Amino acid sequence: MMFKKWFGVLIASMLLVSTAKAQLVIEITSGADQLLPIAIVPFGYNGVDALPEDVAQIVENDLSRSGLFKPVPRANMLSMPSTEADVFYRDWRLLKSDYVVVGSVRKLENNQYRIGFELLNVLTEKAVQKHSSIDVSASNFRDAAHYISDKVYELLTGTKGAFSTRVLYVTAEGDRKAPLFKLQVADADGFRPQVIVESREPILSPSWSMDGRNIAYVMFRNRRPNIFIQELATGKRQQIAQFRGLNGAPAWSPDGKKLALVLSKDNNPEIYTLDIATQKLERMTNHYAIDTEPSWEPDGKGIVFTSDRGGNPQIYRLDVNTKRVERVTFEGELNTRARMTPDGRYLVTVQKNDGNYHVALQDMKTGRVQTLTETYLDESPSIAPNGSMVIYATTYKGKGILAVVSVDGLVKYRLPSAEGDVREPSWSPYFK
Amino acid sequence: MSVNKLGKLAVIGFSTAIIAGCSTTATETDTSTVAEATDSSVQSEGADASTDQSFGAGQEGSLTSVIVEDEAVAEEVIVDPLAGVETVFYFDFDKSIVRPESREALAKHAQFLVNNPDARVVLEGHADERGTREYNMALGERRAKAISRYLTIQGVAASQIETVSFGEEVPVAFGSNSDAWQLNRRVEVRYE
Repeated sequence: MMFKKWFGVLIASMLLVSTAKAQLVIEITSGADQLLPIAIVPFGYNGVDALPEDVAQIVENDLSRSGLFKPVPRANMLSMPSTEADVFYRDWRLLKSDYVVVGSVRKLENNQYRIGFELLNVLTEKAVQKHSSIDVSASNFRDAAHYISDKVYELLTGTKGAFSTRVLYVTAEGDRKAPLFKLQVADADGFRPQVIVESREPILSPSWSMDGRNIAYVMFRNRRPNIFIQELATGKRQQIAQFRGLNGAPAWSPDGKKLALVLSKDNNPEIYTLDIATQKLERMTNHYAIDTEPSWEPDGKGIVFTSDRGGNPQIYRLDVNTKRVERVTFEGELNTRARMTPDGRYLVTVQKNDGNYHVALQDMKTGRVQTLTETYLDESPSIAPNGSMVIYATTYKGKGILAVVSVDGLVKYRLPSAEGDVREPSWSPYFK
Repeated sequence: MSVNKLGKLAVIGFSTAIIAGCSTTATETDTSTVAEATDSSVQSEGADASTDQSFGAGQEGSLTSVIVEDEAVAEEVIVDPLAGVETVFYFDFDKSIVRPESREALAKHAQFLVNNPDARVVLEGHADERGTREYNMALGERRAKAISRYLTIQGVAASQIETVSFGEEVPVAFGSNSDAWQLNRRVEVRYE
């Protein structure tokens, strides 16, 4: 009886794995030292039709990708309860699992499903999260699963989960001498990729508005760079900068009203801000050196940017009100493309040491600098909205790929693409 | 070969380039008011390209295809005054200094532009794959501007020159090694 049930679950999950399309396949390369053991039991189901997704498997993948959890393999499970009432805590103590997630899927009228779940503490035999449910359509199963992952992650780590977020990135496919560039958006786990724009001319520097509704990016047209902003839901697009020279590095202000950008219309690259509603352009820097790669501080009072005004590229901070500039980074041969964690505590840069480009983290309080990555030609770091992970572009086996590292440097995984070069990742904010 | 002939060729070549640019240029209707019009040829009659797939049209207006048409139409044009003259100039890592070996060819481009005040040149700067993309955009521009200065010093009007950077986005050599990097750190001279 029990074996039969298992067998069914295994077959079902195998089918799901083969049908679910992910352009980016996750390979976990290293994890934290102390992993929290947790069992995510396959969810019960009252229906007969195949389910669109294996919710428990998605939750398991999310949690193991965070590098903080060690899921109990399904094959080891002694029972497969779907509600707290059916849980024999002894079974899970034997497996040394500290927590258990149980849940069920129930088919409702008009193609809706009700997905219920509970998070249980094996040691106290109490619910950490009592029964809670979400109603979704077939196409939203992955959203429901990521929602559950976020809940579990937050309840057990105290940090808000970022599994329901998305990532923008650029791919270059086909003939390397004349590739097709595609700006794409996918779930943070690489599933459900969608092409936003494609072009035979380069696309780079995608960035999100703080509400996650709009994006900005640079796209060449007629061999010149232009900056566009685009509403994701409608695809409505606006060309906002096509000056002579550089039009680059758009970055949305935290209040969503302005874009910081780089223009060289007044001779050399300078940082400007553009008020999107009034279209008023304000020049923020004034130096004969290269000033580029602006990124707003979380409170919007400052902009960090790259400048080689000191001889080699380093990160500087610009006070938005006074336009005063001060140098921020001092370690490493060079530092470029800074991003600040949402709490303002850390600065992530691309740092060059002994000819190697790696993602580095600088503590803004203590000034301490730590190198986070050891891959090859690392660039474009972008921080998850909960400040836990950094996604970046790197080179692996001669191909551009995306990789992720935790801000403590302990958890690392790669997201290799099936086709072409992948680059320029930009992690979304939380969606409101 | 007379200077007169050179001028004739330049005018023909140049106007064909503009026409080719017009016919293949796709424009969008949602161009905002902030943006400066960079070139009148960009504001062509081109079909409404609100669908993203039609964006790749820019490549078709390249000079190579123009020359082919030119030869078929105007048979009296026999000699390209810049035939055999180098159009790609290379740079050292993280540097934007014009190399001594580039000077002779650049002088010929300068002479051509001085003799043909209607000719327009675009200097397209590139960087190798190392370093971040937007910084490399700035670096590519700096290299293009170094070539631009070299030409203006030789008497070319600034209005004849446009500098554009592609950063590390359009490599010509592939592979993460010093040979490929050297070939990618370049400025390409392109007549419009």
